[in-house]
Amino acid sequence: MRSAAVVGRSSINLHWLAIDPLRSFPISAATNRGLRVLELRNVTRMFGRKAAVDNASFVIDRAAFIGIIGRSGAGKSTVLRMMNRLTDASSGEILFEGRDILTLEGSAKRAWQSQCAMIFQQFNLVPRLDVASNVLHGLLNRRSTLATMFSLWPAADITRALEILDRLGIAEQAPKRAEALSGGQQQRVAIARALMQDPKVILADEPIASLDPMNAQVVMDTLRRIHEEDGRMVVANLHTLDTARRYCDRVIGMRDGRIVFDGTPDQLSTGVARDIYGADESFSEDATSTSIDRLGSGPDRRFAETMISQ
Amino acid sequence: MTEIVLDPAPSDRPPPRLEGEYLRLVQQRRLYSFALLAIFLLLLVSGFIAADARNAGGFWDGLDHLGDFPAEVLSEAWANRARIPGLLIAFLPSLVETVNIAAVSTLLGAIAAVLLALLSTRGLARWPRLTTVFRRSMDAFRALPEVVIALVLIYILGGGPVPAMIAIAFHTAGALGKLFSEVAENADLKPVEGLTSVGATWGQKMWLGVIPQVAPDWLSYALQRFEINIRASAILGFVGSGGIGYDLKVAMQWGQGKYDQVVAIFLLLFVTIVIVDQISSHYRNLLVKGRAQ
Repeated sequence: MRSAAVVGRSSINLHWLAIDPLRSFPISAATNRGLRVLELRNVTRMFGRKAAVDNASFVIDRAAFIGIIGRSGAGKSTVLRMMNRLTDASSGEILFEGRDILTLEGSAKRAWQSQCAMIFQQFNLVPRLDVASNVLHGLLNRRSTLATMFSLWPAADITRALEILDRLGIAEQAPKRAEALSGGQQQRVAIARALMQDPKVILADEPIASLDPMNAQVVMDTLRRIHEEDGRMVVANLHTLDTARRYCDRVIGMRDGRIVFDGTPDQLSTGVARDIYGADESFSEDATSTSIDRLGSGPDRRFAETMISQ
Repeated sequence: MTEIVLDPAPSDRPPPRLEGEYLRLVQQRRLYSFALLAIFLLLLVSGFIAADARNAGGFWDGLDHLGDFPAEVLSEAWANRARIPGLLIAFLPSLVETVNIAAVSTLLGAIAAVLLALLSTRGLARWPRLTTVFRRSMDAFRALPEVVIALVLIYILGGGPVPAMIAIAFHTAGALGKLFSEVAENADLKPVEGLTSVGATWGQKMWLGVIPQVAPDWLSYALQRFEINIRASAILGFVGSGGIGYDLKVAMQWGQGKYDQVVAIFLLLFVTIVIVDQISSHYRNLLVKGRAQ
């Protein structure tokens, strides 16, 4: 069964409908046992009397590339932060391979975080440390605290960090301080840190919101490539519809903390987008674009394409 | 789309009502400033009159003789200037002892200050409910003057550098802890959040996410504290802790005939402070600008 799922503002009891995979991804053993991979069950997060996330439920049953869209304040970031346990939920359950991660505490919680990589809008690197050290931080949970505090990393870890940086095209930046890099490069370092974690899930919270269209495309291409080549589940909060349509296998729309759309990118029509963003007839998708496709054919477009091809 | 129509001929003057309100606000501010200044001057004058009455007018009598002692010291030192280089060398071991006391107490105090600061900073504390306890502990350490702690410890442990070192370290932990905590409060929490998201422990987050940010300021404060502690260490020599303070006490008590020694000791302390200041600037710049560029 395959259909769009646009719901009224009062209704939140949506079900996700299976979509065809773009490629063949490895499926977790948990799925074979009948467990759903990642499931949010009636998750609510209150800030004072305001519900940032209101009774949200959805299931991701395989390693797909999921986009969450919605206006600022719709609750997208809170959903991702609850998945990583950076923020606690007020009620509900978040199940990963059948285990409620909201109940984890102490070392079990940190172990989950090490398997659930997070990429942030502002990169959240340590700016005064070099790029390679920032990438190695992906292993903090799996190495001795004392050794990591004094940068006593095994040679194999360092080699792997450099290989990941090389894969992302920024190996030559390894000895530089993170703060010396451009925004796009810093975001790729953040992706490298995520890959160093060898995560089961990659959560990306507005990964391109601080970037220009050129770097935004580089970062999104990188995330998509990682998803396709490694078969990793990626859940990304995105601000723009064209990005969601271009990169995602499935799109979840949020408005005022509630899930109001859950379907394929094809089903994300302008009318649906208006409903998600609470916009009127004057709503223009071009106004939210970050794609270089919108740059026309002038010198900006040629420059952007040159940079992306490098 | 709403069209914004601009006034074709904007007036040179703001609306009269707005102008009147603004001028009233300005006058009110001036009145408050004048009242504060008047209160300050009143307190200053009355305080001075009270202080002068308590020393029976000694302030005015003594004012003429303010420069007598320095002039006496400097003139005698100038007359014996040929002896100064020899005295500088003679007092060097005492200076080393004083600097050693200051260095060890600064190091111990700074280590304690780092822990106290991180445990008492909002947003970083390991146990947020205990931040008040750690803050009040630092207040207590700061409230006790080094000389009081040193006198108590000398009474218990006997004279020597160890009581001085403990006394200064105590005070340093409180003083630096507060400064360190204020710097840490302004640290960017995004790197800490990044490390939290990969499952880092509290120690890893502090060491790798906070300390690289605050290290230049912390080092600067610690080296400034080292300067202060050199002076404190010298002062504690007066109460039996040894070092160059003891030599200074003996020279000053002796009075005339030993003033060249007093000048030599002050010169040594001055040069030491200048060297520490230079080292502080060098390492602070290194941490801020970094090598890995």
